[in-house]
Amino acid sequence: MEKANFEESMQKLEKIAVELEKGDLSLEESLTKFEEGMKLSKECNEIIENAEKKITILLQKEGELVEENFTPEA
Amino acid sequence: MYFTLKDENSLIKCVMFKGYTSNLTFVPKDGMKVMILGTVSVFERDGVYQIYAKAMQEDGIGDLHAEYEKLKAKLEAEGLFDSSHKKKIPFMPKCIGVLTSNTGAVIRDIINVSTRRNPNVYIKLLPVPVQGQGAGEKIAKAIETMNEKKLADVIIIARGGGSLEDLWPFNEEIVARAIYNSELPIISAVGHETDFTIADFASDLRAPTPSAAAELAVPQIEEVQEKLSSYEYRFKNALVKKVQLMKLRYQKCMASKAFKDPMQKLNEQYMLIDNVVKKLEFIITNKVKDEKTKMIKTISKLDALSPLKTLTRGYAITEYEGKIIKSVEELREGDKIKLTFKDGTKNAQVI
Repeated sequence: MEKANFEESMQKLEKIAVELEKGDLSLEESLTKFEEGMKLSKECNEIIENAEKKITILLQKEGELVEENFTPEA
Repeated sequence: MYFTLKDENSLIKCVMFKGYTSNLTFVPKDGMKVMILGTVSVFERDGVYQIYAKAMQEDGIGDLHAEYEKLKAKLEAEGLFDSSHKKKIPFMPKCIGVLTSNTGAVIRDIINVSTRRNPNVYIKLLPVPVQGQGAGEKIAKAIETMNEKKLADVIIIARGGGSLEDLWPFNEEIVARAIYNSELPIISAVGHETDFTIADFASDLRAPTPSAAAELAVPQIEEVQEKLSSYEYRFKNALVKKVQLMKLRYQKCMASKAFKDPMQKLNEQYMLIDNVVKKLEFIITNKVKDEKTKMIKTISKLDALSPLKTLTRGYAITEYEGKIIKSVEELREGDKIKLTFKDGTKNAQVI
């Protein structure tokens, strides 16, 4: 899953929650939705957990754009 | 410094003493428009009024305002500020591009706010000059560079507060167009709450301050995580409820008579069938018996009525030409008749 789809995933999660809470799905359908929801939630969590802090600066060096770590001056 | 201040219709002599000229931030030249703070007094020797100037400022601001309004109207008419063109800011950008000065409070504020909201944020700073000659071109170029290589998912263009001249690069047409043409969504945070630059109008989202821009670009990660776990909780809860409901229904079903003793119902049915069969058997036997008695009765009746019985009592049947004779009228003398007795027949003649 791409991170750009995070918002869509959140919307999908909301939809699944509402569908499940309505309670008129069959047990089998409920199970499928449940599994789908848990998987999606896990994927979202993984995106958050796998993200790394990066603060960089793009600098022109010999005509090339170079990315370097950046610390703002205090 | 001695000079003359004039407009289309009038003039007045001015003087600015050395103590004040040292505070000037520019070198006044002939034809320049200026604003002056001072006092008016009479120079007695010449008998003229003159201004004793204490401070002088270049009067370009009036022009800048006019230029700002003119450009704003032009770009607005062109549709550069149309809300239909505005792009959605992604909820969870993987990388946030920041165009601002690499020194000063702005980038620091953005980094602080962003990392506070999401400790694992990815910020990419592309340093640009935010004031002075040529800054507009460089800002526009930076926007293009970010777009060409898709270096971020969202761009923040930021600058701290300042005078209209300080903010001027963000009021330049080239910047407005670069923002409009950007495929990456842009959040502008230029100046302070109340100063709207043209860049603010052209951007997809306007933040009142650089810190606010960071808040708009970076989701509060704890809230997102909380929301995710609340979803998981809701899923589990809903499923547990569903299963409980099914269990209840199952129990109710099982408690019903049909499931409690399924054979009972069946036996009841068997008994019913048995009864019917027995009843049927009884009816049939009776019927058969009835019919038998009836037949015997009929047979004995038949027997009683049989002519043979009569014949045994000494009667005979008289026939003439195959017809049974019941009256003497039917016979004439000499008719040949046939007599049937109980044990045979004899021919006879009437005399």
